Amino acid sequence: MASMQGKPPAFNSAVVRWIDKRLPIFTFMHHEYGVFPTPRNFNYWWSFGGIAMVMLITMIVTGIVLAMNYTPHVDYAFDSVERIRRDVPQGWLIQYMHMNGASFFFIAVFIHLFRGMYYGSYKNPRELLWMLGVVILLLMMATAFMGYVLPWGQMSFWGATVITNLFSAIPVFGEDIVTFLWGGFSVDNPTLNRFFSLHYLLPFVIVGVVVLHIAAMHVAGSNNPTGIDPRGPQDTLPFSPYYVTKDGYAVVVFLIFYAIFVFFAPDFFGEPDNYTKANPLQTPAHIVPEWYFLPFYAVLRSIPDKLGGVIAMFGAIGILFLLPWLDTSRVRSGRFRPMFKWFFWVFVIDCLVLGWVGGNPADAEISILGMHIPLLWIGRLATFWYYFHFLILLPLLGKIERPLPLPASIADSVLKPAAAR
Amino acid sequence: MASSSKAATSEGGAGHGDGVGRRDFLFIATGATAAVGTAAAIWPFLNNMNPAADTLALASIEVSLNGIEVGQAIKVSWRGKPVFIRHRTPEEIQAARDVDVSRLPDPEDDAKRVQKGHDDWLIVVGVCTHLGCIPLGTAQGETRGDYKGWFCPCHGSHYDTSGRIRRGPAPKNLEVPTYTFVNDTTIRIG
Repeated sequence: MASMQGKPPAFNSAVVRWIDKRLPIFTFMHHEYGVFPTPRNFNYWWSFGGIAMVMLITMIVTGIVLAMNYTPHVDYAFDSVERIRRDVPQGWLIQYMHMNGASFFFIAVFIHLFRGMYYGSYKNPRELLWMLGVVILLLMMATAFMGYVLPWGQMSFWGATVITNLFSAIPVFGEDIVTFLWGGFSVDNPTLNRFFSLHYLLPFVIVGVVVLHIAAMHVAGSNNPTGIDPRGPQDTLPFSPYYVTKDGYAVVVFLIFYAIFVFFAPDFFGEPDNYTKANPLQTPAHIVPEWYFLPFYAVLRSIPDKLGGVIAMFGAIGILFLLPWLDTSRVRSGRFRPMFKWFFWVFVIDCLVLGWVGGNPADAEISILGMHIPLLWIGRLATFWYYFHFLILLPLLGKIERPLPLPASIADSVLKPAAAR
Repeated sequence: MASSSKAATSEGGAGHGDGVGRRDFLFIATGATAAVGTAAAIWPFLNNMNPAADTLALASIEVSLNGIEVGQAIKVSWRGKPVFIRHRTPEEIQAARDVDVSRLPDPEDDAKRVQKGHDDWLIVVGVCTHLGCIPLGTAQGETRGDYKGWFCPCHGSHYDTSGRIRRGPAPKNLEVPTYTFVNDTTIRIG
């Protein structure tokens, strides 16, 4: 790491000096978080990585405490969660923090991801950094899905049934794989037990991949809103105190919104059906996954073939791994890409439309000017556009688009913003 | 493993001039043993997640058919899944037999989905073959879909009076479990 080449700082404390000589963690922290040269022109979109980190820690801390009162058994799980809410001291708070924390973790990560897309943060030399981020997203989805099963409500049970049944679409081995996942012939006690075990494990795997993600970021350095590399000290600021305070402020504002939901609308993101205990003989009339899965659920439903739908759904995330090579433009930041800039927002809207379609029943219609349009068609159109954006548009835009002139340096763009644009 | 043995070969290995020496053999043999050993060590941990013996032991139940009137259906639990038992009316049997089987999404004759002499009893696993929801249509007053059998509310699959898929995303007919008539009014499922 370039930043490791500097001299170790002179620590005042003899104890710190003694430790640092034998295990240079203080020097490491000083280099990577103290003086680490960070582009001086970050906007607040750059704070969402740190915010996501705060949410990850919040989820782990609340989760560890919840596990002390939770019973992973089909006969007791639902009641143990109700007991946490009603009888365990501060249980209501910690359970609501955990439940809403999942949503706010995803909000932070989705914003972080779209920020990377807009400013081209996935491009050379940050491809691996981006791909590690996609791995984190996949692990988060697996963790969130299994966590949602644990309260053993109706949505927990039927969500688990539908999602595990996706694997039955695999040719030849599908049914055996599903039986293997369940540990039985249906979603039942063995399933609940293993989901609890894995739900406890995966967050720590996420922490491990986050460490790699941050390590990779410290090799290449952060991208920035102009997308051009820092040319010298005039383009950067030390991470501490400048970005510690800026990110700290962003974290506090984000946590205010989080707290509003925890305290005043704790069930806003939830489903009333999940307050009914799981009943394996009765499917709720309208099954929906958690909101952060809705766009992918819409992709699944828009393909009429079972296996095709499953492939399209997993492909919607898998394609993100290829993004660094699908975008052929040499300019990183969308700020200097007049065509991409618009298509980026079309893509954001496309994802929101997919989410809206996924949250509605499969046979829903909307009526526009007296015409009844099935949402299925809108979902198909949006699914098409999702893939079109990655597979056709991004490779093509890099060839035909004429980027705006780039500023001479980051300092230049900050000090002469009008000239830079 | 392959690349390391190749590297050894290119450096000449040990002993023989033809490039393939004892050391290459040892590399490959060690690598192969390690691979088999790793697989053997992983296997118990994976197999551990398959259904346990007591789960498998719950495999069969007996159900009394007394009291299920013609035209009625009941739901029983078997292996944690619902099983639909429908006492079919002559019209329902007729509707199931009048279909051109070759034009069905999953062609299957109604006569093959019931037991000979017990044509009025349709017994199927009540799990939609799409993504595992429980289709509606067993209890009185529930919608039975466009083909008067069952209707899955999750993604809109319609099943007929033989439990066969007629329209919607489900790829297969409702599964017929293994069952035998113990006597005229009792069946054993599983």
